[in-house]
Order: sequence, then structure tokens, then C-alpha cells
Amino acid sequence: MTETETMTVREAIRAGLREEMNRDEDVFLMGEDVAEYGGVFEVTNGLLEEFDERRVRDTPISEAGFVGASVGAAASGSRPVVEIMFSDFMGVAMEQISNQMAKMRYMFGGKTDMPVTIRTTEGGGQGAASQHSGTPHTWIAHFPGLKAVAPGTAEAAKGLVKSAIRSDDPVFVFENKVMYEQEGQVPTDPEFTVPIGSASVEREGADVTVAATQRMVGESLAAAEDLAGDVDLEVIDLRSLYPLDTETIAESVRKTGRLVVADESPLSYGTHAEVMARIVESEFYSLDAPLQRVGVADTHIPFATELEEEVIPHAEDVIEAVRKVA
Amino acid sequence: MASTPIDTTDGRREILRRMLTIRAFEETARDLFADGEIPGFVHLYIGEEAVGVGACSALEDRDYITSTHRGHGHSIAKGLDPKLMMAELLGSSEGYNNGKGGSMHIADVDANMLGANGIVGAGPPIATGAALTAAYHDTDDVALAFLGDGAVAQGQVHEAINLAATWDLPAIYVIENNQFGEGTAVDDQHNVENLSETAEAYNIPGFTVDGMDVTAVHEAVAEARERAADGDGPTLIEAETYRYRGHFEGDPQEYRTDEDVSEWREERDPIESFEERLLDRGDIDEDELQSMRETVDDEIEAAVDFARDADRPDPDEAYEDLFTEPAPEIDRFVGDLRADGRGGDHQ
Ligand SMILES: Cc1ncc(C[n+]2csc(CCOP(=O)(O)OP(=O)(O)O)c2C)c(N)n1
Repeated sequence: MTETETMTVREAIRAGLREEMNRDEDVFLMGEDVAEYGGVFEVTNGLLEEFDERRVRDTPISEAGFVGASVGAAASGSRPVVEIMFSDFMGVAMEQISNQMAKMRYMFGGKTDMPVTIRTTEGGGQGAASQHSGTPHTWIAHFPGLKAVAPGTAEAAKGLVKSAIRSDDPVFVFENKVMYEQEGQVPTDPEFTVPIGSASVEREGADVTVAATQRMVGESLAAAEDLAGDVDLEVIDLRSLYPLDTETIAESVRKTGRLVVADESPLSYGTHAEVMARIVESEFYSLDAPLQRVGVADTHIPFATELEEEVIPHAEDVIEAVRKVA
Repeated sequence: MASTPIDTTDGRREILRRMLTIRAFEETARDLFADGEIPGFVHLYIGEEAVGVGACSALEDRDYITSTHRGHGHSIAKGLDPKLMMAELLGSSEGYNNGKGGSMHIADVDANMLGANGIVGAGPPIATGAALTAAYHDTDDVALAFLGDGAVAQGQVHEAINLAATWDLPAIYVIENNQFGEGTAVDDQHNVENLSETAEAYNIPGFTVDGMDVTAVHEAVAEARERAADGDGPTLIEAETYRYRGHFEGDPQEYRTDEDVSEWREERDPIESFEERLLDRGDIDEDELQSMRETVDDEIEAAVDFARDADRPDPDEAYEDLFTEPAPEIDRFVGDLRADGRGGDHQ
């Protein structure tokens, strides 16, 4: 039996960072307010004291500069772990992300590694309005040369952060900001990791598969409880957006014949579409009903609580989608 | 190249040889492009040789550089092999980048040459990162970014220098002011007289030097390197130079006249003026100079032969090199879904 401890997602990520910094001297953290302040979401709180200012570094407010520096640092033998405070700000650094970090290995003919980890926060639910609430992971998952993970549980959060840091490829870890207080059972073994590119079945069920990410995993599990005795949901935490574990979803669909994809990103041309396309390509004849997607209808995240509640998906939206296919 | 002393005869001869190699490489690349042998864009470095060679001759082998879209000269100055460069220009799988980069992206991470770059202004943050690695591991390596005068207007360049200045990183930023950003004169892109003045804003040293004089560039970079390695932070150096060719090969160059070019070429050519200096000092005589030129030409000719004979990439290689672990396979085409007989009732 693996030993576990009850932890919040925040504590799980912090534990993952701490373990990897202890394991590998080349790993260091940088970002705005990550050191002294401990991170605006307090994920890196205390790490400056445990390590030092060489390993936990406050940067100037210049995403292009410090994300770009992480590219050069990685290409020269360091293993930077960068925090971008809100993923909405990735746009400011997008040149370094899309043209340098993603393409360098490929354009150099495979002759360099790019061991950068970018941790960043996503999602609405805090009344933070459009520039601090987006869920843009599709940008990254869409872009060749980048890997993107999006944990839906505390265990996945720790395991994926550790795998991201150990990977010699650029990996983005998308943390849903309203999940930081969510608790779960988290393995304490420093060798525990969650492989990038593996989904997990969080609840087994016979009738409908819900492939979910981040906060939608919890919402889908809640929906499953509500529907229990009526419709039996199988809930999968996709965990990794690119690479995507198509096989785990396909296996589930072979059993249930029905699929709902739940992810807090905009619906058009997005993450949902990719999951569905792969299942249609490979499992068309296993399907008994049209597929359904639960996400943010094509809009930005508004400020007022009533408006934000309207656009952010919840368990009821999953239930509604399930009702359409079950 | 390893730091090449400019105060010894051998050092000066090596510096001259490097400049001649760049000129010969570039003239050959010009001809191959004109003949249609090189695809894409080619941005030549002719006229600017003193900047790349002056700077790299003041660096150690283990120091890092980042380059620009005009990177052939920096690559040769850093000691890269013209054969593998030429093979890359022709798109061979034996080139530095296995044919995935071409003229604008030549890189050799083993030589700490972190790539030419197709994005104006993208190199300085990367050099700042390499300087961060040096500081982090407490080595006395430094990182030098070459950038154009046009690139100075890019926001990420400012961010990169500010970060290095704030953290006292061992970085050097060398602005190659060749008077134009594509077709727009430098005066129309900046509101300062000398681009090195911007150093004041970061509270770091800034110098403007004659970029047609390889000695001046070498000395400025040597001083900056010493400062960087001593932990005293970055330096900004502007080297005033001129490109003789168009922005890219095929550029109609309506923004300047032939006279504008010959003013620099005839009076200030970096190679001719250095040759004269070496002849005057007795570092080299006419015969030796002639044979040096011939050796260089032979080397470049051999590079072309190598590149033409080198293997062409297999189309499947287009899907390689993205990740360190094999990329997950995605079928490009979904086959005939009815082939397995499960197509049901459809006709
Ligand atoms: C971000 C970006 N904008 C525009 C271009 C197109 N472009 C390529 S080179 C160049 C001029 C660059 O001028 P400068 O930095 O002075 O370098 P030089 O060509 O003079 O060496 C431009 C505008 C580009 N490659 N990248």
C-alpha cells in the first residue's frame, strides 16, 4: 500500500516542488512574487526559507523576459520552473513560448532539450473578470512541441508537477485556481509521479463516460452522486491534455457507448473538440448516442457573480448533458 | 573560437582568417541562392564581419552566444564548421539542424551557439537565460547576444536587459547597428543618437564602438567579458557597421543608393583595413595573405561539395525531433471506416 496523506491541491503542488528541488540541484523556481511573497496563490509559500534566493527567485514583471530567460536557461543546462501568475498573461510571453520554447528542439534537429516547466493558474469563480479568469490551455495543447497537463485531483497535481519537472520537454501545468483548497489523498513517497499522457478513471460506471478536466472532475463526480441509481456515470480525469490518453477514454466508451466531455475552456475549436474527434475517429462504432460537450459557451468570463455563474460550467450542466445522451 | 588574443601575431592572423572565411562563405551563399540551390530567405553578413569576429574572439569557447536572422557570420566567428552550415543551408539531413532549420536557424548547442533566430529581438532573453545558468552554477561563463539596431525597439529586448541588470547576470548585448532595419533607416526607428545610450536606463555600462574595426569591437567585448565574469553584470555595446548587401538576397534596396554603400565599402571595409594593418606591422606578407585567401576559398568550396553530396532528409523525419520521448502518434488519415465490415447498413 502506498502511504498517503490528506492534502490540499496547493500543499500537494508545493510538496511536489519541494521534493524535486531536493532531488535535483539544477531545479529552481522563478516568477513574479514567488519568493518573498510566497506566490499570490501561496503555492510557493515557505520555499524561499527552505531553500534560498538562488533557488527561489522573484523576477521583474516581464513575462517575455523571464519566460524567455527560462528558454535560454534550459538550453544551457538548468531546469527552470516558472510561475506565470495568471495564464491570461501567457499572451505577453507568447513569442518566447510559441517560437522559441516550442520550436527550438525541432528546429535544431533534435539537438537540444528544453526542460522548462511552466506553472500557471486558470479558471473563473473568483469574480476576477475577463483578464484573470480565462482557461486558455487549448492554446498550448494545440501547439506542437509543448506538453500540457491539467490535474483534476490533489494526487494528480503533485504527480504531474513532478513529472513536468523531470521531463526534458517543455511542460505547462495548468492549475485551476478555485481548486487550491480542494483536498485529496496524496502519496508521500518522493518517487511517486503521475506519467504525462495518462488519464485516470476516478469513478467506474456502466452508462455514460464523462471525460473531465480540473474542476470539472469534481463537478462530474458530484453529478454522478446525484444521478446514482438512475444513470451510472464513469468519470475520467483526463489529467494530460497533450499528450492525450485516448485509449483510456476509448476503453470506457467501448463499455458505455456514451461520452460527455467537460472542460472549463471555450467550446469552439477547442479541447472538447479534440477529445471528441479522437473518439469519433477510433470508436465511432462503439457509440450509441451523439457526443456532448460541457464548457464555456464562446464568451469571456464576466465580472458580476450572476454572470460568471452563468458561464462557468457546474455539475448541473454535466447532468443536463448526460440526460441528453443517456 | 576560443578567446583569440588580438595582441599576438598568431591571434591577429586567426582573426583575419575568420573574417575572410565569413566573406567567402557569404559570397558563395549569395551565388548559390541566386542559382536557386538554397531555398527560403538568405540574409548576408557581408560588411559586418568585424562585429562577429571581434566579439567572439574576445569570448571563451564555453561562453554562450545567441544570434539573429543574419547568423552565418556569428556562427563562423563562434567556430562552427562551414561544411555543416552549408549542408544546413541546402536542407540536408547532415546539416547542423538535420535540415530542419536552414539559414535563419543555424545552431550548435554543443558549441554553446544557441541559434540564429527568425524573430527580431528574441535572442536577448535567451542569452539572459544562459547567463542565468552561468550565475546559477557559479561558473565564470558569460552569454553574449547579438541583436540588430531594429531589434532594440522590441519590448522583450528591454525585458531581457533589465532582468540581467537587476540580477547582475554575466551577459553582454552587442547591437549591430548596420544603419537599417529592413528598409527603414535607424534614425527613423529610434529617438536616441547612439543606441548604447539606452544602457543608462538600466544603470549598466554602454559603449558605442566602430564596428568596422575588429580591434575596437574585440577590446570592448573583452572588457565587458571581464566585468561579467567578475560578477559586475551586463554591458551594452553598440557597434556601428554597414551591410553591403540588401536586407535579404533579392531586396531591390530602393531605400539607398550605390554611393551610400561604396562610401563604407571603399573607405572602411573591415577586412581590407585589417589586412593593411597586419601587412604594415609585418604580421603577414602579400604571399602569405594570398595563400590564406586561397585556403579559405578552398575550404568553402569543399563545404559546398560536402553539402551537395550530403544525404537528403527522409520525409518521415518531418515528424521527428519534437520531444525527447517519442511523440504520441496521431493518424494523419483515418482509413476507410467500413473496411472492417462494421459499416452496417450504409451503402
Ligand atoms: C518580430 C519580427 N518582426 C518582424 C520581422 C521581419 N524582419 C526580419 S529582419 C527585420 C529587420 C531587422 O532589423 P535589425 O534588427 O536592424 O537587423 P538587421 O537586419 O539590420 O541585421 C525584420 C523587420 C521578424 N522577423 N520578426
